[in-house]
Amino acid sequence: MLKMNNVTKVFRTDLVETHALRDFNLHVQEGDFVAVTGPSGSGKTTFLNIAGLLETFNGGQYHLDGLDVSNLSDKERSRIRNEKIGFIFQGFNLIPDLNLFDNVDVPLRYRGFRSAERKRRIEQSLEMVGLASRMKHLPSQLSGGQQQRVAIARALAGEPRFLLADEPTGNLDSKMAHSVMDLLKDINARGTTIVMVTHDPLLAKQARRNIFVRDGKVSELHEVSAFAEDETAASKVANSKQ
Amino acid sequence: MFSYYLRLALLSIKRNPILSSLMVAAIALGIGASMTTITVNYLMSADPIPHKSDELFYVQVDSWDPNDPYDEPNEPPDQLTWTDANNLMNARKATRQVAMASSGAVIEPHGQDSKPFNAGIRLTFADFFPMFDVPFLYGSGWSESQDLAREQIVVLSRETNERVFGGENSVGRSIRIGGNQFTVVGVLNHWQPVPKFYDVTTGAFNETEDLFMPFLLKEELELPNGGNTNCWKSPEGDSFKAFLQSECVNYQMWVELPTERDKQDYLAFLNSYADDQKALGRFPRPLNNRLSNVMQWMEIQEVVADDARIMLWLSFMFLLVCLLNTIGLLLSKFSGKAAEIGLRRAVGASKGDLFMQHLVETACIGIAGGIAGLGLAMLGLLGIGSLYGDFAENLTSLDLTMVAVALLLALVSSIAAGLYPTWRACNIAPASQLKSQ
Ligand SMILES: Nc1ncnc2c1ncn2[C@@H]1O[C@H](COP(=O)(O)OP(=O)(O)O)[C@@H](O)[C@H]1O
Ligand SMILES: [Mg+2]
Repeated sequence: MLKMNNVTKVFRTDLVETHALRDFNLHVQEGDFVAVTGPSGSGKTTFLNIAGLLETFNGGQYHLDGLDVSNLSDKERSRIRNEKIGFIFQGFNLIPDLNLFDNVDVPLRYRGFRSAERKRRIEQSLEMVGLASRMKHLPSQLSGGQQQRVAIARALAGEPRFLLADEPTGNLDSKMAHSVMDLLKDINARGTTIVMVTHDPLLAKQARRNIFVRDGKVSELHEVSAFAEDETAASKVANSKQ
Repeated sequence: MFSYYLRLALLSIKRNPILSSLMVAAIALGIGASMTTITVNYLMSADPIPHKSDELFYVQVDSWDPNDPYDEPNEPPDQLTWTDANNLMNARKATRQVAMASSGAVIEPHGQDSKPFNAGIRLTFADFFPMFDVPFLYGSGWSESQDLAREQIVVLSRETNERVFGGENSVGRSIRIGGNQFTVVGVLNHWQPVPKFYDVTTGAFNETEDLFMPFLLKEELELPNGGNTNCWKSPEGDSFKAFLQSECVNYQMWVELPTERDKQDYLAFLNSYADDQKALGRFPRPLNNRLSNVMQWMEIQEVVADDARIMLWLSFMFLLVCLLNTIGLLLSKFSGKAAEIGLRRAVGASKGDLFMQHLVETACIGIAGGIAGLGLAMLGLLGIGSLYGDFAENLTSLDLTMVAVALLLALVSSIAAGLYPTWRACNIAPASQLKSQ
């Protein structure tokens, strides 16, 4: 459902041209959980931003859910981000003066749901990350791990098909990192496709599939042992959703 | 969605209280200054009698010096001689007509403990009251026959009646004015046209007079001249009578002419009157008689002072400077929100959504600035009132229209100031702000 063929991305400043992605090729199946690793500056974030329609690209093709996204208007791209994609960032990116309820509410506002529907979804997704009892708290009153859970709840509230996570555990200690990872696996098990960038090879191993990015290219693709016993899960989910 | 934006706007204003108050203060100062001058100009240029200002005409006939116009380039005098005022009144050629003069006298109240005081007098004719829609509290004006009979009757202003009779209905009571006994026939309700259009020769924003009495008493009681007296040739003798018969101008005249036809007829009458006077050896200048309706007369008399206009433009410049400041403050405020904007973009807000959100925020600041600006404008008007005294007192009140204008001006100018910062904020690339915090 995510299909990149020879995608290139060049950042131009007055002084330099940076080729962040060169002939980037990747297919992600519905229901998959892909961990992306690679050295710093190799283009992981750039790939994720393009995948999430946060950034445009210079060459190649990108089809999301069968749709060629290269010529969409800002409004259409915003709508797709809102309806199909959930984002999780390394820095959580919660809005500091909104409480948890209102933070999770942000994407739902742009979706145009009625208030009862928004409330149901907010409560449900905060429930899922174990923070339903703290809805009225401000982000600053929570630990880093809890804040990232709120960010996950925000990403999930719109029930997206895709979850894109850029080093979601990068700011967390290893215990919290593992519990966030467990949560992501749980979410994936319920059918959400996940692409996660990470530094941590131990966490990457827990995904269904690992890709390694170097110099703006995918240099290795391999399945991962942790999910070896249900290798076909990804395709099963894909079939059931069609 | 609007209520959501409103909530976000208030949150955002609270988040940066200092920056927000600076913006509100900048807008308030600009609005305060411009509303002060707008109000003064607005009141100065107001139509004081809107439903009939097109039917009331000020009368000018050129009785002036053959060698020199009254005013360049070729303006007739702005007042009449006693002779012309009486001749034109006697002709009765208009639907209504009044000749007027201002004068003054000492009022001696009855009571032991009330002191005599100086009162401003308007000498006029019976038509004055219906012609200018003068409101009465008690009694009424007087009749044409009382004018001709030179009866010693008087209409008091509300304030004078309060001072002399404690506010009671004084119709029929007598009052001593300038050593003569008068009978009260009417008491006005509060009446203060702005501008005081019926006689602007002594200042367009003065208080209305304390007393109104028949014009011909001027001659009968030899009442002193008030207002401006201009002569191109000195009176033949020192007597009061000699002054009245001179070519000195000291009298105003208004006529009510409901139709264009009436106006043409009256102008023709004035021209033939001037010809008659020429035959008698007066009016040495070429025919130059004028009828000006209320607003034309205000224009000719330059009721809106030039310095008031200059102040208006200066205050607009000041508003502009304040808005430029607001633009700077908004830019810094919105750049502080880059992370939030990037996040909102990432989770699905379109540029349009963010534009609306920030427009609502600027509008809130604008309205707050407008309200504070109204407060400053009131202070400014009070200041002008106390600085210029009586003259400005009638010019320094805010009415509902002005309040609406102030809020609208604040809203429009804050939104104008917000356009560029808002546009910049919406064009923040979503990806650029989401790395680590
Ligand atoms: N907005 C940008 N402007 C210019 N260069 C950029 C920008 N974003 C990323 N780059 C460059 O593109 C390359 C890839 O960056 P990135 O995708 O962030 O790498 P990673 O996430 O793997 O560390 C780097 O060389 C980086 O400096
Ligand atoms: Mg990165």
